[in-house]
Amino acid sequence: MRLRRTALAAPALLALAVTGCAPADEESDAADEKSPGSGETSQTAAECAESAAFRTEGRLSIGTDSPAYEPWFVDDDPTNGEGYESAVAYAVAERLGFAEDEVEWVTVPFNSVYKPGAKNFDFDINQISITPERAKVVDFSDGYYSAAQAVITLEGGVEVADIAALTDLKLGAQTGTTSLTAIRDVIKPATEPLVFEDTNAAKQALLNGQVDAILADLPTAFYISSVEIEGSAIVGQFQPETGEQEEFGMLFEKGSDLVPCVNAALAEMRDDGTLAEIEQEWLSDVVDVPELS
Amino acid sequence: MSGAWTPSPRELERQQVRRSMRRRSTLLATAAVVVVFGLLAAGVVSSPGWDRFTETFFAWEHAKASFPAILGGFWLNVRLFLICEVLILVVGLAVALARGSRSPLLAPVRLLAVVYVDLFRGVPTLLLVLMLGFGMPALQLQGMPNSGFFWAGVALVLSYGAYVAEVFRAGIDSIHPSQVNSASALALSRGQTLRFVVVPQAVRRVGPPLLNDFVSLQKDTSLVSAVAVFDAVFAARDYTAYNFNYTPYVVVSLFFVALTIPMARATDWLGRRALERERAGAL
Repeated sequence: MRLRRTALAAPALLALAVTGCAPADEESDAADEKSPGSGETSQTAAECAESAAFRTEGRLSIGTDSPAYEPWFVDDDPTNGEGYESAVAYAVAERLGFAEDEVEWVTVPFNSVYKPGAKNFDFDINQISITPERAKVVDFSDGYYSAAQAVITLEGGVEVADIAALTDLKLGAQTGTTSLTAIRDVIKPATEPLVFEDTNAAKQALLNGQVDAILADLPTAFYISSVEIEGSAIVGQFQPETGEQEEFGMLFEKGSDLVPCVNAALAEMRDDGTLAEIEQEWLSDVVDVPELS
Repeated sequence: MSGAWTPSPRELERQQVRRSMRRRSTLLATAAVVVVFGLLAAGVVSSPGWDRFTETFFAWEHAKASFPAILGGFWLNVRLFLICEVLILVVGLAVALARGSRSPLLAPVRLLAVVYVDLFRGVPTLLLVLMLGFGMPALQLQGMPNSGFFWAGVALVLSYGAYVAEVFRAGIDSIHPSQVNSASALALSRGQTLRFVVVPQAVRRVGPPLLNDFVSLQKDTSLVSAVAVFDAVFAARDYTAYNFNYTPYVVVSLFFVALTIPMARATDWLGRRALERERAGAL
């Protein structure tokens, strides 16, 4: 008896919970608070950071996932300043007025960067693509890297001349990535793509012959094909959505007052060539991959 | 003197009192449920993060948008579950019988059964799924299927087969020795004794724990996502990773609950029926 009544109360509770929710979209766009200089006072990043709040006073906490993959990080160790994202993070920290030993790295699995509530990092840098849908929930900095999608196959495997040739292949990509979106929306293959929990699973499936090709962003793909999988190659790259350049941004808690500071730092780095230098150092190898149309 | 029995005034009074007590306890129970859950609901709804919470977990448009992918994935879960369930019963019973065998010639089989149960109950199911799902295709065996779905299914069968074998063994051990003795008094061979006397009673006795394991298996079918099989939970996680909204988790939970609650009721009913039969009205 008691059980049955509780069972009745539970759906009532749920119904209560569900009806009380028609979320009003916060009218915010990925593009607001972007483009330093427009409406911004010409503050330097350091001046801006003086008035911003940090998780730990006097320290900068930066989040990223583990394992931290090359070429974004080297040796799965974000603290060494090597790898594109690690180098960018330290350069930004320096412009915000933090010395190297004042930077603290926090391990944040990708699927917990967007959990509601307070974050345990000041910003997260983890090859996260900026999308309007995501920008409703978190804040992004300006883009610090423009990504293209790349297709990796085993050598002597399949021939790929253009995007249309991909539709007959068994493809795979990591969950939650724009590579997977590209497969679903741009390539639209005949067979369902395989979805992987992480890059390692994707590599293993390619080696096992469970997929013909895997998609990843270009630098990651380059590293996979040149270092990690013997006898694999990038057969081509393409932009996932026509006309829309996909960009990686640093991720902040919604409403963080640090966003303009980091944007100012990135703008400074763009202007004085630091960003280009870092890219040259860590991602220079990925320029001569054929474009697929 | 009419032979018909009429309740005495005292009996009527008793019935009256019983009725009013029943009514009162029903009212009290209802009031308690309403008050407790009302307070809980009020506490949750008035919490500071409630708006943010509903946006994150109960966004109707995200529920709608993620529904088709989750439904497709759930069909895969159900198929996997139904296929595995049959195989698990076979494996479990076979292993339980192997463990209970007596003949000295069957010693290697007994040993195998013990090692199998110890090993596969000990290894986390997720690891089994990963090892078989990525390991077997890596062997590039001729004629072996390559699909993650197949190997994840094999992993689930192996893992749950070990659990279910123990459940069956407990059931077989719980049959009173007098049953076996009676069977041999009737000149039944050992095989016949198992087949006609022990196993039927044992299986009936372990119905509830078996179904318990199957409810657990339903949920564990979501482990196949580790080897790139796009099941309902993975579909929800995938949607969540794109849109930074957790509503699909709630949607997929409802799917699983809708599957497990009828199972639970069916288990209760089966158990009750078995008891009623066994105790022949002495309940």
